[in-house]
Amino acid sequence: MTLQVLWFALWGVLWAVYFMLDGFDFGAGMLRNFLAEGESDRGLALAAIGPVWNGNEVWLITAGGATFAAFPLVYASMFSFLYLPMLLILFSLIVRGVSIEFRNKSEGAKWRSWWDWALAISSLTAPLVLGLGFGNIFEGLPIATDGYRGGFWMLFNGYGLLTAILFIALFLQHGALWLEYRTSGSLAVRSRALASFLWYVVLGIAALFLVATAFATRIYDNYLSRPALFLVPLLAVAFLVAVKPLHARSRVLGAFSASCAAIVLVLATAFIGLFPDLIPSSIDPAASLTAFNSSSGQYTLRLMAIVAAIFVPIVIVYQFLAYRFFRAKLAKGTGGEDY
Amino acid sequence: MSVEALSRVQFATVAIFHFLFVPLTLGLSALVAFMETRYALTGREVYLRMTKYWSRLFLVNFAVGVVTGITLEFQFGMNWAEYSKFVGDVFGAPLAIEATVAFFLESTFLGLWVFSWKRVSKGVHAAIMWVVAFASTLSALWILLANGWMQKPRGFALVGGRAQLVDFGALIWNPYAWIKLFHTSMAAFTLSSFFVMGISAINLLRGKSEDMFKRSFRIGATVGLAASLLIILAGDLSGRQVAEYQPTKLAAMESQWDTVSSAPFYLLEVPRPKAERNGIEALPIPNMLSLLSYHSPTATIKGLLDFPADQRPSVAVTFWSFRIMVALGFLFVLLALLAVIFAWKDSLAANRWFLRIMSFALILPYVACELGWVLAEMGRQPWIVYGLLRTVDAVSRTITAADVLISLIGFILIYGFLAAVDAYLLAKYARQTEE
Repeated sequence: MTLQVLWFALWGVLWAVYFMLDGFDFGAGMLRNFLAEGESDRGLALAAIGPVWNGNEVWLITAGGATFAAFPLVYASMFSFLYLPMLLILFSLIVRGVSIEFRNKSEGAKWRSWWDWALAISSLTAPLVLGLGFGNIFEGLPIATDGYRGGFWMLFNGYGLLTAILFIALFLQHGALWLEYRTSGSLAVRSRALASFLWYVVLGIAALFLVATAFATRIYDNYLSRPALFLVPLLAVAFLVAVKPLHARSRVLGAFSASCAAIVLVLATAFIGLFPDLIPSSIDPAASLTAFNSSSGQYTLRLMAIVAAIFVPIVIVYQFLAYRFFRAKLAKGTGGEDY
Repeated sequence: MSVEALSRVQFATVAIFHFLFVPLTLGLSALVAFMETRYALTGREVYLRMTKYWSRLFLVNFAVGVVTGITLEFQFGMNWAEYSKFVGDVFGAPLAIEATVAFFLESTFLGLWVFSWKRVSKGVHAAIMWVVAFASTLSALWILLANGWMQKPRGFALVGGRAQLVDFGALIWNPYAWIKLFHTSMAAFTLSSFFVMGISAINLLRGKSEDMFKRSFRIGATVGLAASLLIILAGDLSGRQVAEYQPTKLAAMESQWDTVSSAPFYLLEVPRPKAERNGIEALPIPNMLSLLSYHSPTATIKGLLDFPADQRPSVAVTFWSFRIMVALGFLFVLLALLAVIFAWKDSLAANRWFLRIMSFALILPYVACELGWVLAEMGRQPWIVYGLLRTVDAVSRTITAADVLISLIGFILIYGFLAAVDAYLLAKYARQTEE
């Protein structure tokens, strides 16, 4: 019982941390073609995510692996019910990864322009389909006790699309802040201007999302029965708002950190509302996949809890140190040439 | 085609493609770390150039390996949902541990290595690559523990129609997995050494950077000889595991139809699976098959005909992948032995015929590695978890053949494109010998 609750929380944390980290890779990837003018800026923008994107993506692999180990039924259902969306996420991640790694491996203008666009498009489609998938999970999937009644096109409903747009907007702001923080010169100036503007967009979409959630999902039921929980969405909004004054005072790292916290808290808001469901059924509550009816046995949950308790802090420490190592601002002539 | 057939073709496609990149990542990371350590210790510029040259090829290969690796994690849930439900409790654990313990380490430190040339000392930089090499082998261990459980399930109990882990120690001390790690690592070092020797040979034939490539070739030859000799030991140990735990795989890979004691090994053998016998059996070595399988010259080998027809794997596929892999394995020892002799006598330049052979031989370990996995996985059929769950019962129930056809075509297109780009970049960097 307690272990299942613990793993529900860990499951949520792994996904949230994944979006917090890979979110700025996606954002920077989407924006790079539009913010970076000229070859040297494009090199800088790539070097801003080059050393870290792969380590960030491992959080997704860990989230997937943890789902498999702790909630096999959820893993099997999520990936097979959402077969085509998962395929699109996979293809996006494949193209995104090789675009970053291969872009600077040849000099031709056509070669580079091809990979620049491949990176921009795949950095858009990955969060788009992830948002669509999670939006539909928040609403509930049409799961009956004897099977799945859904199809691909029904995922493109209003709330699903709104969640996709929210993900994209959050990551755009996140990526713009990251580029401003990591780079210098005209690229940083343009990133700053865009981040300023995006704040209004993100706040508007987030407000719309929080309201739509009340109508499209059962997420607020948990909050109504325990009003103290409303602290989490309030904090999410507070951090989203805080991005602006921090940014205006040129506390760029502070603004980026607030954006990190906001992304984690937005996802926490949704996951807390889902509990104990991991994938609610929209047609038959008895068919919902919950932390209690879809988990592994106590032995595996305890074992994996011990593994996570030892190794996740170690990972956080060395990834944090790696980020510190790369904290010096990238300037022309210091970035891309090693890549 | 059925969802099951299409899903099997798809899994074979993505797994075989992914494994084109895995062994070079495992072996070349350690070779590059070794080269850079030489540079750190001697300060000689030739080792720096060598490190940079081979690391560029390593990084291209690594990138494709990483992006195609995620596919496999997704595949279990997408196409094999019934499998995932059945085994998740046991099989999910090593996969999740692999990501947490090994893959984070590997990817974070490789990012660090690529971008820290000018910021840390030579020794520290070399040490970072050793971490990458260590983490990639650690990663292989956890993946093979997961695969080892599919081959020889242990440490579980069946609860409510699902396998539940009851003994983690039994899972991690599975002898099948550790022997497979030994086998896979030695195969990876053989492949990586032949890769280094092959590309060095091409450049030596063109008369480029002779000092660096002679030294690279010498490293490749030495490691290649050691690794290819150790594979024979690993292969022997693997064969005994198969004999002990997977009698149907043993019978199929040896094309042994009847149960016999003191079984001979036929050097020349051609199975006729439709007729359930062998078309040709010639050049027998008396008692050899019994000796190899059970280390006893009189041991009994159970023949395929004594297993129900619906429990036998494809004889043609397992037999030929096994035979060809073994033949290639012995060829590697011979080639590596000649390579060591020529490299250490410094007579490579005088034996251009050998350089020409080695420049083509670099593809052979790729063939052998893939055949080894074809044997391991096809020989396990019709089981997805040996003796426990059939592949036909493991496939997702909610997907359609059209879904899988779409994804299969998508994979073929994207992977075909990746293969072309990878080949282009490897060829480009292989030629680029100056900074």
